Amino acid sequence: MVVATGVKVLDRAKKQRSSLNKKARQVSAWDIVKISRHPQRPILQDYIQRVFTNFVELHGDRAFGDDTAIIGGFAQIGNQKVMLIGHNKGKNTTEHIERNFGMAKPEGYRKALRLMKLAQRFNLPIITIIDTPGAFPGLEAEERGQAESIARNITEMANIEVPIISMVIGEGGSGGALGIGVGDRILMLSNAIYSVISPEGCASILWRDAKFAPDAAEALKITAHALLKNDIIDEIIEEPAEGAHADYEKIAADVKRSLIRNLRSLSDISVYELLEQRFEKYAAMGKFAVD
Amino acid sequence: MSWYTKAIEEKKPQKKALWIKCKGCGSHIWESEWSDNMSVCPNCNYHCSMTAHQRINLIFDKGSFRELFDNISPVDSLNFTDLKGSYKDKIEANKKKSGISEAVITGHGKIKGFDLVTAIMDFRFLGGSLGSGTGEKILQAANFAYDYGLPYIVFSASGGARMQEGVLSLMQMAKTCAGVARLNKKNIPFISVLLNPTTGGVTASYAMMGDLNIAEPGAVIGFAGRRVIEQTIGEKLPEDFQTAEYLLEHGFIDSIVQRKDMKDYLANVLSYYNR
Ligand SMILES: [Zn+2]
Repeated sequence: MVVATGVKVLDRAKKQRSSLNKKARQVSAWDIVKISRHPQRPILQDYIQRVFTNFVELHGDRAFGDDTAIIGGFAQIGNQKVMLIGHNKGKNTTEHIERNFGMAKPEGYRKALRLMKLAQRFNLPIITIIDTPGAFPGLEAEERGQAESIARNITEMANIEVPIISMVIGEGGSGGALGIGVGDRILMLSNAIYSVISPEGCASILWRDAKFAPDAAEALKITAHALLKNDIIDEIIEEPAEGAHADYEKIAADVKRSLIRNLRSLSDISVYELLEQRFEKYAAMGKFAVD
Repeated sequence: MSWYTKAIEEKKPQKKALWIKCKGCGSHIWESEWSDNMSVCPNCNYHCSMTAHQRINLIFDKGSFRELFDNISPVDSLNFTDLKGSYKDKIEANKKKSGISEAVITGHGKIKGFDLVTAIMDFRFLGGSLGSGTGEKILQAANFAYDYGLPYIVFSASGGARMQEGVLSLMQMAKTCAGVARLNKKNIPFISVLLNPTTGGVTASYAMMGDLNIAEPGAVIGFAGRRVIEQTIGEKLPEDFQTAEYLLEHGFIDSIVQRKDMKDYLANVLSYYNR
């Protein structure tokens, strides 16, 4: 039996991984979950102010409404023009409610797809910023096709003919994250998480009690370092030890540097090559046995 | 199953197998009547789940099905252990229980003479959950359809992504949809048949992406779990919420097809593929 595994690994990821093996990490997965959800943690609007200029927000899915849990529009990073799309959780109670804690509904995902196609029309690379507990689990979301909207984004992102860079800055909550997350590069802040299910949700199913969330968080391997090791993400942006909230200016500068470098690495690639590489990247994901 | 275990089983007294209790209406149906009726209740039309192999026998022309990619099975790459034990042990137990090595059977075959590639999920194997091996088989079958220009039909029955594989399982949504995207680009038909239940990450990926989405009557199809939604909104959901009928009404599936009509229905729509 051989274990097949994702093989597409960037040199940088390899380097980061080997340096990881040297310094053993003391912080538990649950500590990182708490940092990723810290009320002061920088969110998309903080990065829009510090990393991007000339943001032109575009609204609506042209079918039902405008979901403010996902925002998007033209933006500039350095002298590169891009399409920026991301979850925006909001910072205080009023904003949280207004933006539904970053939990998007179908119209949010459909707006995101519309903007991705617009990016293709304008020949602009796409940056998606992921920060959501998950897609909204509500009656009206199901009614309007939450599953269909995410499925369509995941499928159509495979054929979008401009580079896509996805960065998880806080919570990468399952399908709600992946719905804008099918990037040519997947980057992650060191205290961000990315998971198939919330630790609480997993604990209440497999441990029969949500209070086992810390155990579930450990078992699910949801930290940036675990995901780099499992060939899911390409790069980690290191935060200050206490978390990104400790130094907004520094994390913004590091995020900006990483985005610009990754944009550059994708700038000279033909559409054919780009789509082939994207297909190969996702085709290689997962670990299974072959007899 | 080997002849030896079979011989032993046959010696057991068979009192439990005489009748089946319908999960829909609770009535007791003779087992022979139940299986003659393709595991559909003659009283209330409840469509009970079927194994992948039962479905192959039901849908595909006799002797036409050839299994592909059956050498793929799950591994416990995260060393995942919960209260009830390790994922590794669960894999072995599910293999033993079901006689199959993943939650999907893939292959090619004929429906009333029409050649096609198929993936048929089996809910008995870890609740039909989408793991890395499941995703790999579904993608490889899609690639086979792509290479040979054959229509692809996926029968889904799944609780969603396989938690025990963490984000590796989440990424199978992107992986399988990448296969669907290539079929779309080459104008190769992809038909999704949604069976009871199809939920979570499977609904939010290939199962909703059919050029035709077909469902069996009463199938539960949805993204978030009923309980989670009830907790979020703080009220009870309507009885028919997330059923095939509800989805038809809201425009997400093309048709609800009775099990006894499924083969004819699929053959008929395949006859419209004019390439
Ligand atoms: Zn019945």
